[in-house]
Amino acid sequence: MNYQEKTDTDWLFEITPKNKFFSLNLNEVWQYRDLLLLFVKRDVVTVYKQTVLGPLWYLIQPLFTSITFTIIFNNLAGISTGTVPPFLFNLAGITVWNYFTACLTGTSNTFGANAGIFGKVYFPRLIVPISIVISNLIKFGIQFLIFIVFYIYYYSQGALVSLNAAAAFFPLLIVLMGVLGLGLGMIISSLVTKYRDFSYLIGFGVQLLMYLSAVMYPMALIKEKIPSYGWLVQYNPLAYVIETARYMLLNVGQISVFGLLYTFAVTVIVFLVGVLIFNKTEKSFIDTV
Amino acid sequence: MNKDIILKAENISKQYRLGQVGTGTLSHDLNRWWHQVRGKENPYLKIGDTNDRSTKGSSDYVWALQDINFEVERGEVLGIIGKNGAGKSTLLKILSRVTAPTTGSIKFGGRVASLLEVGTGFNGEMTGRENIFLNGAILGMTKKEIAFKLDEIIEFSGCERYIDTPVKRYSSGMTVRLAFAVAAFLEPEILIIDEVLAVGDAEFQKKAIGKMQDISRQGGRTVLFVSHNMAAVQKLCTKCILLQNGRFVTQGKTEEVIQSYLDQSNVNQAEYLFEKPKSAQILAYTAKLRIEDLEGKLMPEIPVGKPWQVKIFVELLEPITNMVIGLGMQDMQDTAIRTAWSIAENRDSGKYVAVFIEKNIDFNPGQYKLIIGLSKGLQSVQYLDEDIIMTFSEVIDTQAESIISNKSGLINNQMEVKVIKN
Repeated sequence: MNYQEKTDTDWLFEITPKNKFFSLNLNEVWQYRDLLLLFVKRDVVTVYKQTVLGPLWYLIQPLFTSITFTIIFNNLAGISTGTVPPFLFNLAGITVWNYFTACLTGTSNTFGANAGIFGKVYFPRLIVPISIVISNLIKFGIQFLIFIVFYIYYYSQGALVSLNAAAAFFPLLIVLMGVLGLGLGMIISSLVTKYRDFSYLIGFGVQLLMYLSAVMYPMALIKEKIPSYGWLVQYNPLAYVIETARYMLLNVGQISVFGLLYTFAVTVIVFLVGVLIFNKTEKSFIDTV
Repeated sequence: MNKDIILKAENISKQYRLGQVGTGTLSHDLNRWWHQVRGKENPYLKIGDTNDRSTKGSSDYVWALQDINFEVERGEVLGIIGKNGAGKSTLLKILSRVTAPTTGSIKFGGRVASLLEVGTGFNGEMTGRENIFLNGAILGMTKKEIAFKLDEIIEFSGCERYIDTPVKRYSSGMTVRLAFAVAAFLEPEILIIDEVLAVGDAEFQKKAIGKMQDISRQGGRTVLFVSHNMAAVQKLCTKCILLQNGRFVTQGKTEEVIQSYLDQSNVNQAEYLFEKPKSAQILAYTAKLRIEDLEGKLMPEIPVGKPWQVKIFVELLEPITNMVIGLGMQDMQDTAIRTAWSIAENRDSGKYVAVFIEKNIDFNPGQYKLIIGLSKGLQSVQYLDEDIIMTFSEVIDTQAESIISNKSGLINNQMEVKVIKN
């Protein structure tokens, strides 16, 4: 060839069969930040279009679940929530838990739900799971507001509820939970592209997981009542998140340093594995989905 | 001379697994992983048939693309052509980063945006205006860029009136116009376009082609264009590459490559052989067809004005009463031009040849389809419509008189024209 070869550094980017083993490509995600915002907007705005109650649906679901839980677990089964009103206890657990499940189920369907658009256009695929985590954060915010409303109501009624000083770290706890849901969701979304079995698993798996995550009972209770299965809850990082959230917001239960460190470690590992698998999948999932 | 290469594809191949994804997938995955762990090559890369969809292959794996190499210069409009299943769309998918190649690499010297199918990423619940932003962002534009061009985009789409209505209320044509308008105002260095012109009305197609010409000429942008519409390819592309069954065939100037594409699809054949139909109850079948001049020489191309004949070789398996052999002629748009047939006669079983001679009508240059019909009285025995192509070439036979070249229409013969003072 009679022209000068470009040196490798002249190229803007290169497509190869495989991604680098571990690359987050945050640079590219940043370039597409407008898309991220638009996706978030789309998710938030369009969910309840053409419904009468609109965003009220965000509130109806946790409220009714809390009422049901209060009737069944507290009134019927007699689980004690200490000095805290059972409804508030459940509402706190469910609000936090909902954020996790929304992140998990949302991201786990990333490739399936977006196969059409992924099959036509390239943009950093990571945008989609991130946008899901963010738009769910907004939804969580709305649900948390209703929690605050009830909190104030119960407080004014003279219930013994009080914030713990650790509540200042509540946002960090939510971030931790979002990242855990994101990581787990990315792992599952990647597996689903090839093996649909996982999409069935996630459907009821999330429900079962809720019972192991101390959503409607204090963690101490399970150790006390059924010690032989207590480890199931004890090694569930989500149980610590929920227990800690209640500790921060309602000043019930106890905080476990081991538990939090454990949760943090699991979250980091799950997230890194998630990114790894997601990276590997995003290149050619369109051939198998 | 220094060429400014903006895109360089080296040895791209893409392998697909045929059949369904099921338990077999898991065992292959495990095997592949096991080879990888031991540092060996993927065992399934060695196998695989070429991508020929009509023949039954021996392997579960197929190479949709194999060893494709090419380079594109800045500002070039490269057409990628080939028959269905040649690998064009797979190549575009790889180029637009939708899927990764199995082997090989592609290097880019600029931003890429692809327009594989317009309207993807549109959200029916959102208004046209919101969708312009969303779609633009999906295609890689920033909010600022889109806002800057918003008025132009809306004007180009011609959907001003509906711009604040949810897209689900749009007609399909309007959706496409809006989507194309967004894409047309993209400003990547490399734009990848697949078959967008197949949609929209004639006026909009014209607008779209014009816009694409502007993009490449004035913007100096590189365009990769895949289409079956040869007229559009010819208009737009400066260079073309031709693919066949996943392999690279040729590249070069647009006209030459289009010509070899046309030759490839209809290798000007003058003799067609047909197999005996497999059904048990046939009375007769066509074995062969020859296109000849009157001396009996095979004519892959007939110069306009030269007399020609078509011979149809028929075998009768049983005696047939009122046997008729017919020949139909169509243009490439399947418009029937004429039919001719033999006189009905009772015939014994055996081999026959029917000769259809044309001395009077001169067809204009181009390709025409032939159709063979055999019948017993009014009852059809065989109807053969298998892409028998006959070609008339522009090489005008000098011996024939009264030929006027460059006439439009199908028939070249002059009419008798008189002008009388009235």
